[in-house]
Amino acid sequence: MRNREAVKSILSSLIAIAFGLLFGFIIIFIVNPNQAFRAFSILIQGGFYRGLRSIGQMLYLAIPIMMTGLSVAFAFKCGLFNIGTPGQYIVGAFAAICVAINVDIIPYSILWIICLIAGGLAGALWGIIPGMLKAYKNVNVVISCIMMNYIGMLLVIEGVQRFVYNPMGAESFAVPVNKAIPKAGLDKIFAGSSVNIGIFIAIGLCVLAYIIMNKTTFGYELKACGYNSEASRYAGMSEKKCIILSMGIAGFFSGIGGAIVYMSGTGATIGTAEVLAIEGFNGIPVALLGFNNPLGVIASSIFIAHINLGGNFMQSVDIAIEIIDIIVASIIYFSSFTLYIKLYLDRRRSKRELIATQGGEE
Amino acid sequence: MEYVIEMLNITKEFPGIKANDNVTVQLKSGEVHALLGENGAGKSTLMSILFGLYQPDQGSIKIKGKEVKINNPNDANKYAIGMVHQHFKLVHNFTVLENIILGAEDTKNGFLHKGRARKKVLELSKLYNLNINPDAYISDITVGMQQRVEILKMLYRDNDILIFDEPTAVLTPQEIHELLNIMKNLIKEGKSIIFITHKLNEIKEIADRCTILRKGKYIDTVDVKTCSKETLSRKMVGRDVDFVINKGEQVLGETILKVENLSYLPKHSTKPVLDAVSFEVKKGEIVCIAGIEGNGQSELVYSLAGMMPITDGKVMLHDEDITHSSIRDRNLLGMAHIPEDRHKHGLVLDYTLEENLALKNYFTKENQKQGFLNFKTINERAKTLTDTFDIRSGQGAKTIVRTMSGGNQQKAIIAREVSNDADVIIAVQPTRGLDVGAIEFIHNQLVAQRNMGNAVLLVSLELDEVMNVSDRILVMYEGKIVADLSPKEITVEELGLYMSGSKRGKGYEK
Repeated sequence: MRNREAVKSILSSLIAIAFGLLFGFIIIFIVNPNQAFRAFSILIQGGFYRGLRSIGQMLYLAIPIMMTGLSVAFAFKCGLFNIGTPGQYIVGAFAAICVAINVDIIPYSILWIICLIAGGLAGALWGIIPGMLKAYKNVNVVISCIMMNYIGMLLVIEGVQRFVYNPMGAESFAVPVNKAIPKAGLDKIFAGSSVNIGIFIAIGLCVLAYIIMNKTTFGYELKACGYNSEASRYAGMSEKKCIILSMGIAGFFSGIGGAIVYMSGTGATIGTAEVLAIEGFNGIPVALLGFNNPLGVIASSIFIAHINLGGNFMQSVDIAIEIIDIIVASIIYFSSFTLYIKLYLDRRRSKRELIATQGGEE
Repeated sequence: MEYVIEMLNITKEFPGIKANDNVTVQLKSGEVHALLGENGAGKSTLMSILFGLYQPDQGSIKIKGKEVKINNPNDANKYAIGMVHQHFKLVHNFTVLENIILGAEDTKNGFLHKGRARKKVLELSKLYNLNINPDAYISDITVGMQQRVEILKMLYRDNDILIFDEPTAVLTPQEIHELLNIMKNLIKEGKSIIFITHKLNEIKEIADRCTILRKGKYIDTVDVKTCSKETLSRKMVGRDVDFVINKGEQVLGETILKVENLSYLPKHSTKPVLDAVSFEVKKGEIVCIAGIEGNGQSELVYSLAGMMPITDGKVMLHDEDITHSSIRDRNLLGMAHIPEDRHKHGLVLDYTLEENLALKNYFTKENQKQGFLNFKTINERAKTLTDTFDIRSGQGAKTIVRTMSGGNQQKAIIAREVSNDADVIIAVQPTRGLDVGAIEFIHNQLVAQRNMGNAVLLVSLELDEVMNVSDRILVMYEGKIVADLSPKEITVEELGLYMSGSKRGKGYEK
């Protein structure tokens, strides 16, 4: 039963992607009919277009959305819609930068680990607050998460100006290369790309989340609470504990995502413009496409990075960057139809099966 | 005699199962024709075919002697066939009138025109004695009232053939009585009724003829008057069913559950839902809480199980005060709870059978090690339980519980609760909506627990169950215990008097 379920999930994700690509092709065809096939082929080649260099870049781009996607997926298993990923992501990034810039007494070989943990904890705090509001006061998680996004973003701007301000660019300092996450030879394999061992950390956390969810008593409680909170309460589980912990862990993942990106030694800085981190929101389609499964999130985040990169490369055939954004966005948008497609597949099957086995039942 | 509807030699096959195998049902004009069968016997499939939701693989449908094809529910409506589904199809924030006309609205230049509809609805409700307030909102009226709205929906559409799908499953004894009267009125006015049920008493009371299905096969059509309940149930289940439970000798032990002055006053209310309830349950007895629905039984159970805070009073289990204990602590102290609503509380429907069977002991030493679940022991235990309790499911322990039949879902809950070494088992309407075979099984399980020296607190609305299973009956009325009776010393009629509040037991006078 479970296996068949998994096949159906993957199948519906693939169908959704196919629809998205078809739609993308139609747009390309309308914009630039002469070069449509060439542009489309570049888009599909995506992260593989420039060989190892672009593969490395694809993996690098996958890191933040893998973590925010995992964050959304993890909370969703407990029945919570964590739309607070942009806030958790940016406070995580800020905490990591803060520690990296201001702490000099710790050897650099372990400083980056402490920075990542600081980022994760800051994100966790940003997740726990809406979790506690939900658990103790039944405040809608979506609303408090959106509030926390703005509070986080504005506090980070204030914090940047106070603690790590670089007046030259009206932004934070960048984390210097010698304090960054090590590359461990990845820079040799994927020469010219920004990828570092952060990708292993991200994938490792996805696997860890998968194990928590499927092998531990905590995951068992968490899912029970997500599927049917009344029944989990009846069975003596603590719904409050599930909600708070799952939001905290979800926030931790987003925060680490932000930390990894700004600790990559690419010169990335936090600006002082009032915009929510897009990597946070992009976690939502990643989670949907990955069927809220941590392992699925690995695949879907890499796919979305792949398409994004393909979009960038399409500029070489004279397609405006805005149009590319539209194309990529619509592919991602279509990808969110996975659930709908799965529902359709389910219905086709269950119409035949369920009634047959249940027969005259209730 | 003319048949209004004939379903002849209907066969309907789904992958892996023959839901209907050469089934014939003929409905005479002006009769109540019962369709009897266990869960999964194919009753609903058959009615779905008549209602146009499925097409039969073989066989034909004749209406008034003419062969017809029913492709969808609109066709069914055209042939004046209407159906009251077991789970009502009503819009809760619409009024009664709006629900009745929904889908068949009178309009004038695109605007709703309710005047004529209201008149017709009021006429119908008078004619058939279906008292309703057309302007009440569905969310504000009782389940019995909602069912009347469903009936009026059919009548409003001038349906002559009415299908009732297990209409009494959700009703209180009083409401059932009223419904049966309504059905008699409908027949008097020339309607014909197909009545799907597995309650033999109701068939005996109202049906003229009865068609019995078993595992998709047609068994027989009998004249109800000349057929005993025992024969009906034998035909339905395929074997003899005991109506009288042989409980065996009672060995009473010490008091194990003690409730003192339990009270519950909801916020913003002056009328207590539980009013100083006190009683004791001893080892080796089945104590039944009888009463009409809504007299505080559900709240009593929730507060005993720790799912609801109480205003005042004390609950003792094993001489330990558990008034403020958590649900988990109560379970560990030996309290099992078979909940009233198996979908809401009893099961995580999207979990597998084995996961559901572990719901109350996944955290024990055998089932986990340092926070990691031991799937092997969980699976082995599930296999043992499915064997001993005869839980049937498509893929064994790995079946998603949602896809299982109601009877088997209930068996799974009972298996879980009974196997946890509990000393007190609280069972709330454990047989609701189940067929005779499953009911017999569950009753036997409860009796077995009693004979093992455990205490059973049974909450039931079914008078037969109350009289047959219990050793002692506590009657609840308006949040109070009003009588402590022995089933051997009273009749069902007397019990009804206590339940309706017109009589009080010794020691419980006002």
